[in-house]
Amino acid sequence: MNATKITKFNGKGVYVKGNDIDTDRIIPARFLKCVTFDELGPSLFYDERFDEDGDSKGHVLDKEQHQGAEILISDTNFGCGSSREHAPQAIQKFGLKAVIADSFAEIFHGNCTTLGIPCVTMDKSAREKLVALMETDPYAEIIIDLEELKVICANNIFDINMKESARKAFLAATCDPLDNLLSATDEIARIAAKLGYA
Amino acid sequence: MGKNLYQKVWDDHVVRQLDSGQYQLFIALHLIHEVTSPQAFGMLKDKGLKVAYPGRTFATVDHIIPTDDQSRPLADDMAERMIQVLVDATRENGIEFFAPESGSQGIVHVVGPELGLTQPGMTIGCGDSHTSTHGAFGCIALGIGTSQVRDVLASQTIAMDPLKVRRILIEGELSTGVTAKDVILHIIRTLGVNGGVGFAYEYAGSVIENMSMEERMTVCNMSIEGGARCGYVNPDETTYRFLRGRERVPEGDAFDTILEKWRAYASDAAASYDDEVIFDAVDIKPTVTWGVTPGQAISIDEVIPDPDSADGLEKQLISDALDHMQLQANQPIKGTKIDVAFLGSCTNGRLSDFKQVASILKGRKVSPSVRAIAVPGSEKVDKAARELNLHLIFEEAGFEWRKPGCSMCLAMNPDKLKGDEVCASSSNRNFIGRQGSPTGRTILMSPIMVAAAAVEGKVADAREVFGLLR
Repeated sequence: MNATKITKFNGKGVYVKGNDIDTDRIIPARFLKCVTFDELGPSLFYDERFDEDGDSKGHVLDKEQHQGAEILISDTNFGCGSSREHAPQAIQKFGLKAVIADSFAEIFHGNCTTLGIPCVTMDKSAREKLVALMETDPYAEIIIDLEELKVICANNIFDINMKESARKAFLAATCDPLDNLLSATDEIARIAAKLGYA
Repeated sequence: MGKNLYQKVWDDHVVRQLDSGQYQLFIALHLIHEVTSPQAFGMLKDKGLKVAYPGRTFATVDHIIPTDDQSRPLADDMAERMIQVLVDATRENGIEFFAPESGSQGIVHVVGPELGLTQPGMTIGCGDSHTSTHGAFGCIALGIGTSQVRDVLASQTIAMDPLKVRRILIEGELSTGVTAKDVILHIIRTLGVNGGVGFAYEYAGSVIENMSMEERMTVCNMSIEGGARCGYVNPDETTYRFLRGRERVPEGDAFDTILEKWRAYASDAAASYDDEVIFDAVDIKPTVTWGVTPGQAISIDEVIPDPDSADGLEKQLISDALDHMQLQANQPIKGTKIDVAFLGSCTNGRLSDFKQVASILKGRKVSPSVRAIAVPGSEKVDKAARELNLHLIFEEAGFEWRKPGCSMCLAMNPDKLKGDEVCASSSNRNFIGRQGSPTGRTILMSPIMVAAAAVEGKVADAREVFGLLR
């Protein structure tokens, strides 16, 4: 296992407002035409950020005070829709390291965890307070501590929640499960034979 | 106490529990396509790994394939490259590939069932969220990300948290002109687009029991739009009749043996569920979306919701959706002008969909202001429709009859909306920009409602347009 254990994520935040922000908005389908994920960063939220001529629409991600933001904050059911891993890949390649929301769609959540992007949830009122703090000082540092399950911002400490299996994966540096899966070759073969799939 | 189908299939396919608390789950059938899978082969190569069970993965092309001229090389260079990467990777790794013109190409969720690859009691993985479609056969069918496609290629397993199971009973009898699409839109509208998070949905009750396999696939297909990770129907005689004689289903004594195995997967009468919701069929009407999520739906007779009826963020969501759709609150959705009619997709691109529409479209004409396309879900659907001369009925009415693919459902091929065109669509998502134009507008509905909208040039009630209630 080569992965490094990372349990603290810190940086400036950016709040992308809205419930049910779907994967087509996070990365429009035309940008899925690629054979690697390397170039996806600039296409994040493309149609919300740019008009048909490619000119900025002044989206929050492009505001000066949010340049270099590393923590993405949103509302409920973030990442609903498609299973396209292009969505979390675009988030990561854009430079965002973690997502805080009221809730997440499941496939998106799983894809994020595999890529080492923690998805954490907060009580709505606490999350709203965090957004208010950020609006007062967009440059304030946000620290997400997965070990303590806390978010710290401008001397305020908030409780966060995280799916237990995802948290354990971060704490054990096993976000990418492949090596682990491959260590059970014999058991896999046994199941395959038992079910007639060998 | 008995077990439900989800528990039985899960228990059979679990390899072991992982330290994270997740389970390692064997994937019985893996389906891949050109958009989310080529990258996985690259990841495999980087790690120096081989495909572990090449005989359990099947490939086709559907997302980016044009529906007019499919001759290679494709006009779009990147689309051509993606297909070529898949062709090369499947050849190198000994994976069966259903190429265009092979007679078996099509949308991956149409191809699996029609070949009989999809069978009761399987765990199925595919890098596409509409994999839930296969649940119609009594499978745990999961949409997975590209890294998980890599995991399946390398190990035939994925790491996964167990799901809760919600039984959704739909009892009674659907009235004339109300279809499987209306059933699932009604369910999503009622339970919400995130109502199913953490759940597998088991669809049951007399309405589901009376449905054909193709109708059950329409229902299961949109489970993901309701937030559920997957959805399924217990296998029954309808399932077995559908599968018997299919290309990849065993014959003779072997069929009888496998049939016994399939039967045993159905939920026990005494099975318990984490939740149960009951719908009455009489409450389900022809349903259409008015907004930008599949849950923003109303029946054809209702008026468009008013943002003032909601508070806070919900109020803003309604208001933003109405702005995008250029619709007015408190106005009927019926009569909304449309520019494009799209019939197809993994939701409603099967033979029964085209048969049903052809039976009412015969002798009618698409409104001159509407661009209408009919896109069969697979080469087999296309062939069967042509043998019945259905394509002629569509063409005479003014539809273009295209070659198989995902087409305008997600507009990764040249089939796209232009500007702020409104599309009456039999597909599954009305997200902003979904049909290829950032300002394009999608109204989801059943195939017969798409036909009604195409004929009238506006959103209409198929029961009235085609005199179905007479």
